[in-house]
Amino acid sequence: MSITIENLNKHFGAYKALDNINLEINSGELIALLGPSGRGKTSLLRIIGGLDVANSGKLLFQGEDVEQRDARERNVGFVFQHYALFRHMTVFENVAFGLRVKPKKQRPNEAEIKRRVHELLNLVQLDWLADRYPAQLSGGQRQRIALARALAVEPNILLLDEPFGALDAQVRKELRRWLRRLHDELHITSIFVTHDQEEALEVADRVVVMNKGRIEQVGTPDEVYANPATPFVYQFIGNVNLFHSREHAMWTKQHGDAVAYVRPHDIDISATPQDDTALPVEVKLVRAIGSVVRVEVAADGSGEFIEIELSRERFDATPLSGGDKVFIRPRQFRVFETGVKSELPAA
Amino acid sequence: MSNHSIQRIISTHESRSVTLLLITVALTYLVLFLGVPLFAVFYEALRKGWLLYWAALREPDAWSAIKLTLLSAAIAVPANLVFGIAAAWAIAKFEFRGRSLLITLIDLPFAVSPVVSGLVYVLLFGAQGWFGPWLQAHDIKLIFAVPGIVLATIFVTFPFIARELIPLMQAQGKEEEEAAISLGASGWQTFWRVTLPNIKWGLLYGVILCNARAMGEFGAVSVVSGHIRGMTNTMPLHVEILYNEYNFAAAFAVASLLALLALVTLLVKSLVELQARRSGEPL
Repeated sequence: MSITIENLNKHFGAYKALDNINLEINSGELIALLGPSGRGKTSLLRIIGGLDVANSGKLLFQGEDVEQRDARERNVGFVFQHYALFRHMTVFENVAFGLRVKPKKQRPNEAEIKRRVHELLNLVQLDWLADRYPAQLSGGQRQRIALARALAVEPNILLLDEPFGALDAQVRKELRRWLRRLHDELHITSIFVTHDQEEALEVADRVVVMNKGRIEQVGTPDEVYANPATPFVYQFIGNVNLFHSREHAMWTKQHGDAVAYVRPHDIDISATPQDDTALPVEVKLVRAIGSVVRVEVAADGSGEFIEIELSRERFDATPLSGGDKVFIRPRQFRVFETGVKSELPAA
Repeated sequence: MSNHSIQRIISTHESRSVTLLLITVALTYLVLFLGVPLFAVFYEALRKGWLLYWAALREPDAWSAIKLTLLSAAIAVPANLVFGIAAAWAIAKFEFRGRSLLITLIDLPFAVSPVVSGLVYVLLFGAQGWFGPWLQAHDIKLIFAVPGIVLATIFVTFPFIARELIPLMQAQGKEEEEAAISLGASGWQTFWRVTLPNIKWGLLYGVILCNARAMGEFGAVSVVSGHIRGMTNTMPLHVEILYNEYNFAAAFAVASLLALLALVTLLVKSLVELQARRSGEPL
C-alpha cells in the first residue's frame, strides 16, 4: 500500500517536531527514517500509525485520505522500541491478541487462531517459546514476538520505531538482516525509524534523512552516501573532513566563504607532492582497525586533525608511521557555501 | 575474589551487641505501642466471659451498628473503585488541562481533618445548609441519616484506590494500550484485556486499604450521623457511646470486632502481596 504525505506539520508547544514534510512511499518499499535522536522521526511514524495527530497536512494511503480513520481502522502494524508486549499474556496469547479482538463476524475460530499463531511463530523462528511470558525472553526474542504480533492482523503497512534500538550490537546485526529477508518474503510496505546510519544503509530500499523535523534528503542508500544533498547528510552519514576556503582555497575554488567536504577514503597520501595543490602534513597517529588503516595527519602549523582511511593493502605498500612528513590531496570532494553551513548542528 | 566477599560481609554487618540492642529497641517499641493495646482490647472484651461477649454483640443496637458499617463500606468501596480506576486511567495515560488540579483534589480527603469533611456535608445538606430547604421540601433526608453516612465515608476513602493506581499506571506507560489499539482492539477491549490485568494486584491492594478505612472511619461519620441509636450508629460510633456510658465490656466487645477486622485486613494484604510477588508483577 503506497503512502503519500503532503505538507505535514506537528509541533509540541513552540518545538517543531515535523516541519512541512512531503514524502512519497511506494507500495512494498522498505524505508528507513534516519536522523539524530529527537522526536521528529518517531512523531512521523506515530502519525502514520494513527497514534498521534498532525497539526496540519495530509496523509493518504493508496490515494485515500486516512485522517478520519483512527489507529484501529488503519490496518497498520506497529512495532515499539521497547516491544510493548502484553506482560500478563503468554507469547501465544500476545500473537493471538489481534485475532481475538476482531468483531465476532470476522473472528477466526479457535483452531484457525491456533494455526495462524503457530505459523507466525514459525516465521519468526520462535515457535518453541509459545508458552513463555515476555519477561522470560531475551530482548531479541521479544522484538521478534512483537513483530509476529503485528503481522497477525495482516497489516497493509508495517511501522517499526527504533526496532533494534534496545538490543546489543551482535543481536542488532543479526536481526536487521533477518528483517530484510522477512521483508523480501512478505513485501509489506514498511517504515522503520533509526538513528544508526549503518542500519539504515544496510536494510532499507530508500533512506529518508531527517534533521530537526525536516527532510534533508531522500534516496537509495548509495545515493545518500555518495551524493549527500546537504552538509548535514555529509556529516551524519559516514565520516568527513572539512576544509575551509580561507585556508584551503586551492581546493574549494570559491571566492566567498565555503567549506569542502571530503570523505576520509577519498584522500591520497604521497611522499612527494602530487601537484601544486597538495598539502604538506605530518602523520600524527596510525591505527589499524580490521581491514582499514586510519591515519590522522595535521597540516604544518595547524592543530586540526585530518582523518584518512587507507585499505590495508595500500598501507602495506607504503607504510607510514608517526612523525612522517607527507603530502595529501583529495581525490573528490564537495563544496558547500558557508551560508548553508551555519544551519549545521554542532557535530 | 573470596577475600573481597569476606570484606563485604564484614563491612555491612554491625557487631553482635549493636545488632541485639537495635532489635531490642525496635521490639520494645512495637510491643509497647502496638502489641499491648491490641492485647488489651481482646482481654477487656473477653474478661467477663464468652457469654457476655456474645450478648454484647447480639444486642440490637450493636447489631444495627454492624449492619450499617457493612452497608456503608459495601457502597463506598465499589463507588471509589470505579472512580479510582477512572481517575488513575485519566491521570496516568493522558495529558490534559487541569490534570494536576485533579491530582490535588484526589489528595484533599487525606489533607483535611475528617471532622471538616463531615462538617462540609452538614453545611451543604443540613437543615440550615445550602441545599437544606430544597431537600426538606422534597422530603429527602441526608444528614443524620444513612445517606449522609455513606456520603461521608465515600469522601474520606476517596483517595485510597486512585492513589494506589496512579504511580503503578504511570510506571507501566501507555505503550501496551497503544499496541492493543493498533492491533484493532476497541477501548473496552483494551481496558478489560490489557489495562485491568496489568493493575489487578495494585487494585486489590487499594480495595483492601479502602475497605479498612471505610469500616473504621470515625470523625467524618460522627459529624453527619447524629448518633441515633439503632439507626445511624456505625461500629466506631457505637464503641464511643458504650464507653461513655461506662459499659466497658460491651464497648470492648464491639471494638474487638473492629480490631479483628484490622487483623484480617492485614492478613489478606500480606497474602495479596505474596501472591503478587509470586506472579512476578509489580505492586
